[in-house]
Amino acid sequence: MSMTLKTEGDLHIVVTRRFAASPEMVYRAHMEPELIKRWLLGPEGWTMPVCINEARPGGKVRYEWAHPKRGGFYIAGQILEVEPFHRIVHVERMFLPDPTPENHVVTEFTPDGDGTLMTMRMTLPDAETRKQMLASGMEKGMEASYVRLDTLVAAGEIATASA
Amino acid sequence: METLDATFSALADPTRRAILARLAQGETTVLELAKPFAMSQPAVSRHLKVLEAAGLIERRIEGTKRPCRLAKSGVAAADRWLEMLRGALEQNYQRLDTVLAEMKPETKQEEKP
Repeated sequence: MSMTLKTEGDLHIVVTRRFAASPEMVYRAHMEPELIKRWLLGPEGWTMPVCINEARPGGKVRYEWAHPKRGGFYIAGQILEVEPFHRIVHVERMFLPDPTPENHVVTEFTPDGDGTLMTMRMTLPDAETRKQMLASGMEKGMEASYVRLDTLVAAGEIATASA
Repeated sequence: METLDATFSALADPTRRAILARLAQGETTVLELAKPFAMSQPAVSRHLKVLEAAGLIERRIEGTKRPCRLAKSGVAAADRWLEMLRGALEQNYQRLDTVLAEMKPETKQEEKP
């Protein structure tokens, strides 16, 4: 079940995780608001009062997080492609409240024995943006799952450096 | 223990964590560090002082510049903290594991014709 997270080339961040459920179930948990709101929450204390995911090409995505003490922020974007229950392509920006550069995300669910291997591949517009995301992600986005993903890449580099 | 306290206290600030994340990508100068944070150089310098006292960064002199980098001695503490971040992400996926376990086949039936 262990998660992997790595950079690829200058523009990509790739996360993989295995789940003990069918691709259909994992796909639905990524696309149905009532399911998304139950897990895409980050650290304790955060909730997702607004969760919009129009699961069709051109559909809107908007996730709003709130914390009693730390305020809130949101991600907004658009679905580009859906291939149930195998593949989702979407773009998103985080609003903190200023928008971050567009992050292009391909999420794939492939059968893996009796479970599913999820691969999420993010593409940033340029190397500098990815670098900024790695740094600024830790500043403001610890609250957010996607930004945290970015910061974790930096974590991997530290682990390598200290090994 | 004093150093460890200083380390965690230094890590408690989001801007300082951001500075560390940036330094995790390599040595850099105050000027470069100030850019993404929309902060003045003196403000960044104050944060760097705290990080240096906590043993998380090292600075050297190169002409008029004082480039900083992550300190080996502080890396273990930083590693622990970054592990916590990794843990927080993994927390999402563990919650998803639970959601998936609770998604019984009958919840699918309403979608079927």
